[in-house]
Amino acid sequence: MLTYAIRRLVLSVPTLLFISFAIFMLLQLAPGDPMAQVPLTVPPEVKEKMRQALGLGEAPLVQYWKWLVQMFWIEPQVLWDNWFGTSFSEGKLRVISWQTRSPVMDIVIQRIPQTLWVVGLSYIVGVLIALPIGIYSAYRQYSLFDQSGTFITMIGFSIPPFFTGPLLIVIFSVQLGWFPSIYDTTLVVDSWAAFKVQLQQMIMPVMVLALQTTAQLSRYMRASMLDNLNQDYVRTARAKGLSEAVVVMVHVLRNSMIPVVTVIALGVPAIFGGAIITENVFKVNGIGQLLITALFANDLPMVMTLTFIFAFLIVLFNLIADILYGVLDPRIRYD
Amino acid sequence: MTNPAPAPIVALTDKEPPREPRSQWRDVWSQFSKHKGALLGAGFLIFITLAVLLGPYVWTLDPQKLDIRNKDLRPIYTALWDSGAKVAIGHPLGTDNLGRDGLANLIAGGRASMAVGWAAMLLSLFIGTAVGVISGYFKKIDGPLMRLTDLFLSLPILPLLLVAVTLFRQPLRANFGPEGGMFILIVTVIGVTSWMPTARIVRGDVLALKEREFILAARSIGTTPFKIIQRHLLPNVLSPIMVSATLGLATAIITESALSFLGVGFPSDFPTWGKMLADAVPRMNDFPERVLLPGIMISLTVLGVNYLGDGLRDALDPRIRGR
Repeated sequence: MLTYAIRRLVLSVPTLLFISFAIFMLLQLAPGDPMAQVPLTVPPEVKEKMRQALGLGEAPLVQYWKWLVQMFWIEPQVLWDNWFGTSFSEGKLRVISWQTRSPVMDIVIQRIPQTLWVVGLSYIVGVLIALPIGIYSAYRQYSLFDQSGTFITMIGFSIPPFFTGPLLIVIFSVQLGWFPSIYDTTLVVDSWAAFKVQLQQMIMPVMVLALQTTAQLSRYMRASMLDNLNQDYVRTARAKGLSEAVVVMVHVLRNSMIPVVTVIALGVPAIFGGAIITENVFKVNGIGQLLITALFANDLPMVMTLTFIFAFLIVLFNLIADILYGVLDPRIRYD
Repeated sequence: MTNPAPAPIVALTDKEPPREPRSQWRDVWSQFSKHKGALLGAGFLIFITLAVLLGPYVWTLDPQKLDIRNKDLRPIYTALWDSGAKVAIGHPLGTDNLGRDGLANLIAGGRASMAVGWAAMLLSLFIGTAVGVISGYFKKIDGPLMRLTDLFLSLPILPLLLVAVTLFRQPLRANFGPEGGMFILIVTVIGVTSWMPTARIVRGDVLALKEREFILAARSIGTTPFKIIQRHLLPNVLSPIMVSATLGLATAIITESALSFLGVGFPSDFPTWGKMLADAVPRMNDFPERVLLPGIMISLTVLGVNYLGDGLRDALDPRIRGR
């Protein structure tokens, strides 16, 4: 198992390198010119110098190499310096955003908590709703609960978040006036009143994202429970005189959770992608919204770094899912 | 002396002449038609496709025609509960802020959305099937092709779609016109980024089929690999391809709408469902129908396609069929 994990870990390095290279080359084709905003009165040789200052004069491969160095050598040093107060990174050039002329990672660090709060909470809520629904509808297969549950999950599966978002806004913030339609990130939670406001503004984005998660996960949970409920060991457990609760919640559930846990891990990057739309709808200034604004502003270093972060998340959680599967299921042997 | 043939046991004789053997597709259909949701979904998909294809001939109003005197009309049904609402019989679904007819726009938008959905689905099926069959059949390139598939699976799809669409918008527009260029671009990027599940499923099936006797027989009489694939392999992997086709259609429609919603889709005078929804969001308090109608159309279409896929999966799986 350990050798497998190490092998996968080593293999993911070239994968990530290749992905970052592909994204970089794609961005090289970008037609936009970062100097387009500079006034026409600026003489061309000055413009050329400004271009050099942005690191644009070099060949694409050199630029890519410099991005790699900045991302994987200098940025960790900065992080180290921030944590331990050392000064390894002093005077070294970091990845600079073309929009704000400040380091990209600083902005990303500012934005990540909002995304993590909304996305992470919605994922937890989604999982907590999905699992009981899946378990109960498998236990009572073809009952009214199962039928309606399947129908509702199918609907949740089909309604895109950019429709549920505005719909919720119209119903709950315009008609009923319960929740604010815009997520206020400047809110400081220091009292119960502020906590209540924070809760109110988080409910709608979390619900929109959780609906998608719930729909997918409860289908998996149901299918996995159904696979296990007809197995021989369940009959044995019942024959031993175990109570129904123990049979279902301990014996069957533990076995059914094996594939579901990997699906939960695999779904994490997807929900970050889905957060791009949800953040846009509710004006949450997370990294998804940052990506959109950077794209429209032609801020290539920012786009590059953010896309790479998304790719990193996918590779990481794929790895976690595969390893979890091996750890949880003793029948799986990778080597 | 010869014994007469023993009389047949009465209980075992056939009382009626044997029925004709049922073909596979009859079985598939009978299983499929048991799935009510799938039937409804298929019916709705056909209805929508026909509506957007034939709609412009029935409802002949030009979706681009500006009728500024009749702007901001509400749909006819709002008159049921709000007698003061501005409605007109000539515009059953109302008009937008420039007086463009709602129904005509909905049909035109559906046309674009469905066209993108179908085209992107076909492209991704084509790539997926080709990669799957080739890597399943030819052992030598199996490894590299599957590594490529894994690589594509770990790409962040939505961010990359956004990047690709924003970057290549200008050159393609210059070459193929604003609508044509955008159509090519969106169909290509969706197709190129969504073929991986199909490829994996097809490869798995081809790997299993390749070892069967009929392939051996075909090879032993000198059939070329291409003919084997065309004649023996492709018909046998048709059912997983059809199931992933339905899922692909649903994803393609949603992805196109999401791109339009984020503002990187078609140009503003070219309606698609996602674009209409996005444009209507700022004024959805006064005119909720402009968000609701395209949103409901997207959701219903995707729901229908998903149910169709569910039914197809049950119907085409011989282990489930007949239960």
